[in-house]
Amino acid sequence: MAKRQKRFEVLEQRPIHKDGFIKEWVEVGLVAMDSPNDPVPGIKIQGGKVEELDGKRREDFDMIDFWIADHYIDTSVAEEAMALDSLKFARMLVDISVPRSVIVRLSVGMTPAKILDVLKKLNVVELMMAMQKLRPRRTPSNQAHVTNLKDTPCLLAADGAEAAYRGFSEVETTVGIGRYAPMNALSLTLGSQVGRPGVLAQCAVEEALELTMGMRGLTHYAETVSVYGTEQVFIDGDDTPWSKAFLASAYASRGLKMRYTSGTGSEVQMGYSEGKSMLYLEIRCIMITKAAGVQGLQNGSISCIGVPGAVPGGIRAVLAENVATVLTDMEVASGNDQTFTHACIRNTARMLMQFLPGTDLIFSGYSAVPNYDNMFAGSTHDCDDYDDYLVLQRDLQVDGGLQPVTEEKVIEVRNRAARALQAVFEELLLPTITDEEVEAATYAHGSKDMPDRNVPEDLRAIDEMMKRGTTGLDIVRALAKHGFRQEAENMLAMLKQKVSGDYLHTSAIFDENIHVVSAVNDANDYQGPGTGYRLEGKRWDILKDIPMAIDPEDI
Amino acid sequence: MNITEDMVKEIILEVLQQMQGEGRSKSGQGVNVPPLQFREVGVAKPGTDRNEVVGVPPAFGTAMTKTIIDIPHHDVLKEVLAGIEEEGLKARLVRVNKTADVGFIAHEAAKLSGSGIGIGIISRGTSVIHQRDLPPLQNLELFSQSPLVELDTFRAMGRNAAKYAKGEQPSPVPVRNDPMARPRYQGLAALLHNKEVQYVKPDMPSTELTVVL
Repeated sequence: MAKRQKRFEVLEQRPIHKDGFIKEWVEVGLVAMDSPNDPVPGIKIQGGKVEELDGKRREDFDMIDFWIADHYIDTSVAEEAMALDSLKFARMLVDISVPRSVIVRLSVGMTPAKILDVLKKLNVVELMMAMQKLRPRRTPSNQAHVTNLKDTPCLLAADGAEAAYRGFSEVETTVGIGRYAPMNALSLTLGSQVGRPGVLAQCAVEEALELTMGMRGLTHYAETVSVYGTEQVFIDGDDTPWSKAFLASAYASRGLKMRYTSGTGSEVQMGYSEGKSMLYLEIRCIMITKAAGVQGLQNGSISCIGVPGAVPGGIRAVLAENVATVLTDMEVASGNDQTFTHACIRNTARMLMQFLPGTDLIFSGYSAVPNYDNMFAGSTHDCDDYDDYLVLQRDLQVDGGLQPVTEEKVIEVRNRAARALQAVFEELLLPTITDEEVEAATYAHGSKDMPDRNVPEDLRAIDEMMKRGTTGLDIVRALAKHGFRQEAENMLAMLKQKVSGDYLHTSAIFDENIHVVSAVNDANDYQGPGTGYRLEGKRWDILKDIPMAIDPEDI
Repeated sequence: MNITEDMVKEIILEVLQQMQGEGRSKSGQGVNVPPLQFREVGVAKPGTDRNEVVGVPPAFGTAMTKTIIDIPHHDVLKEVLAGIEEEGLKARLVRVNKTADVGFIAHEAAKLSGSGIGIGIISRGTSVIHQRDLPPLQNLELFSQSPLVELDTFRAMGRNAAKYAKGEQPSPVPVRNDPMARPRYQGLAALLHNKEVQYVKPDMPSTELTVVL
């Protein structure tokens, strides 16, 4: 063009123009929920055994087909469920007069292609309706990411405390440097109990180390046990559905909550999608999870969100995968956890899909640290968005899991967590946390405000701590010895939960009295207006009382 | 699945065009980087001296010649090898044919290395320093965000890997993080990886290489 139109020049400067968009490419599976290579729904059962699944005969099954056919499909309802017209079932999902239990019963009789066929019939508002009705726990909740670029422990403890105090019921950390994992886990687990008793902590790292840390009581639960929708991607990860199920039982046998992780786009990202749509492959992941007896799943594309985010209808597919998870009666930790756009408008629109209906964990998680410190490579929202988020809750009267706080109280819990960790480090023979670090962590915005630590010395001490066999009980003892009596009791109470095992139930979290809140004692009973979770009463009084609001009494 | 190389090139070009004005200015940007001149020595065998092994996938330096931020593979290898030599060690180069997964490539390199330390680098730049006796998905150092792996990162990577090989405990290369790397690059990374895996030969053992840089 010889001469540019000025509006176009302005439009090109908008952040949305920095996002990567790609046209659909069906052959490699760069397509959200509708590939011509997706199979046609169908099932043949003989003698109680699935002989044909979505047009594929048993002798042609890959290992995922076998796993789904033999462990997911309930052959006693399969024929009834598959005979149901997809449109009719899609309408049942949004029909307030059809209770959740009816849907859930039929879902385990459906094949991956059938569930895909059903979900394709729902628009995003209908998908949100389905989510509102089908999520297992009545009370929605939220999870936070707590990490930093330096893996600096004192800041992890302070940030964990603040996140817990602000209302997150789960906190997740990971590492910049892999070998920091046990120290990060310990710092977060301790810090979050200072902020609010009963918050669940995890540290996402390599699976064997993650399990070890859980067994030692350095964490409470696990989430990053990844499953994939094609056989080749599984093989590339040196895994099978059987090995993943074995890992899941290892957690269960130690009384540790866990969920799997999967998401649209991972198979195409790893180069082996078989040309199937992202949602079809993700439904296979959901069924792998359910068939392993795992209580829940983190999905919503997760770390591959840039892939569905780049193709048409991708964000609708991401909501659809969340719905497919709760449809099969599992807890959903529904993503919103990874940057996928430069544009604020697009970012908020994507988040509302889970925020408005409420999910078991709306984010998985929300960055409780500035995004430059987010070692999951950034979340959709971070600590600088807290006040925006609180206002969205107040505007729409929606419970997004966070509550207004005061600066004084945040300083107090951050400082207490930092000091408690300082004492524990001394007792566990870990390199000293200085008073300067405690002070910096208390008032920090992020790790740029923290002094550097001696990294090789930390790593050596962590190796020695792991060799000594340090456990959660050593932390309890150290806290008690240094006068952190209440924190010691909270940590001990959380360890005891692994013995009782109540938090293995679907969608389990703890309240501030360390009582389990799950799909068993807080089952979602939504059936239209006047039912289900309502933000009202005391909780609404708390959420609407943002410090920014002017009090008429003051004028 | 029947995808021609031309199709892949066409789509990659399309995405690159969309991103123009966004990319950092690098020597290889918009320029056709010629393939590297590898010589195949034979099947790679475990070494005995305390050296260092760098593993790359089949497309590296051949079908693909630069990283996601347009660093020519020639320069990548030059920097990594220079980093290793700075520490007084020698490096071997192997092509890991069976996978395009950076963790498994690095682990394979570590298993072939006399020192038990290996580096894996895939074509778009994602890299891992690995140790033989760690689980495959564990690592010593991981450079997970390919758009942030720059020339000096490759040099520091070589230097640190050599230090591990000598039994030292170096300070890990400072971790970098860019929350906006995903929105900008993930779609492209997926395209590049789909190209990368097309050259994988699952049943073929790793190949010992030499290269003139």
